[in-house]
Amino acid sequence: MKQLPALLRVFTYLSLLTVGGGMAAFPEMKILTVDVHHWLTFPQLVHLYSVGQMAPGPNMMMIVSIGEWAGGILGAILVVIAFFGPTSLLTWMVGRLWNKLARWPWRASIQKGLAPVSIGLLLAGCFTLAKGAVTGLETATIAVAVLLILLQYKINPALLVLAGAILGALSFGPK
Amino acid sequence: MSETTRAQIADPSPALAHAGASATVLQIFLEFLLIGATSFGGGVVAYLRNSLVAKRAWLDDKAFVELLAISQSLPGLNSTNMAILVGDRLRGIRGALAGIAGMCLPGGLLMYFVGMVYHEHGDHPLITAALKGVAAAAVGLILATAVQLGKRSLEHPADLVFVVLTIIGVNRLHQSVLTVLVAVGLVAILWYHPRKTEKEGATP
Repeated sequence: MKQLPALLRVFTYLSLLTVGGGMAAFPEMKILTVDVHHWLTFPQLVHLYSVGQMAPGPNMMMIVSIGEWAGGILGAILVVIAFFGPTSLLTWMVGRLWNKLARWPWRASIQKGLAPVSIGLLLAGCFTLAKGAVTGLETATIAVAVLLILLQYKINPALLVLAGAILGALSFGPK
Repeated sequence: MSETTRAQIADPSPALAHAGASATVLQIFLEFLLIGATSFGGGVVAYLRNSLVAKRAWLDDKAFVELLAISQSLPGLNSTNMAILVGDRLRGIRGALAGIAGMCLPGGLLMYFVGMVYHEHGDHPLITAALKGVAAAAVGLILATAVQLGKRSLEHPADLVFVVLTIIGVNRLHQSVLTVLVAVGLVAILWYHPRKTEKEGATP
């Protein structure tokens, strides 16, 4: 219960960092949920985030798990509202103003300028994730294989993540 | 809708104004619930287009692309931003709330229970082993997304500099994402400042 105000604060802040996607907020999410508030450990965060990639819908719904661990069902609901509320409100307002903004010359500048920054944030988040996820030759091989397969073939990524689970169980599981 | 006439004069894409007159709030909720429950493996945009443009015809392609452009240039996930924008176009604020609720509900419920199970049994050796593989695969998946996005949206050599500066700021200098976003974002936006020679938007 006493974690609820902190959950609200942290996920409202993270919400505003999700430029170009949820991964942009990942480095900050690691610092705040793991190092500052100790709601979970870094390996747990890496696992939950990765499992979340297999879930349908928005690919950040793993925040629900963090909310549940830290604050029960109230925490889970609060985290969703905190994480999606601010950006939804902003999107709703800008969506209504968009046609008026069409004649605002800076709109194109903002779009062009934020495109490379959002890709940079995606990669920065990915490298933070990789610090916890790519720990040896086997995991590096899985990561590179998934990358190459996805760039070469049109295949549902969830299937590859599932294949990663099987490979992981085979290479690291109890013998 | 008393502003319709004024909006149509100013609106560069009048298709938006007419789109989806037949959708009810419940239909919006159910359609997004279906997308939220079936869009496995990311790439929600493809599922959205398939459902909203091809199946339901609530939007035409032009409107869809325009709403996607708004979604992508604002903070927030594409999937939830699209739910807000499409819902709002179809049925105003209630449509927007129905859209985002439907979108988030299935994955949220799933991760609620997955989180509980993981909390209980996450230290089982077989699960830990499988999760190591899952996490490694997720890294590959995100890298692939970055490459595909980069191919599409990086046009100018300067873009590469902004990408690298952002990564250095977060991963090497350990600055907060917010600081890097504001600092590099501001420089990049100023770099692409409006030039007088550019012709103005979509004036017919």
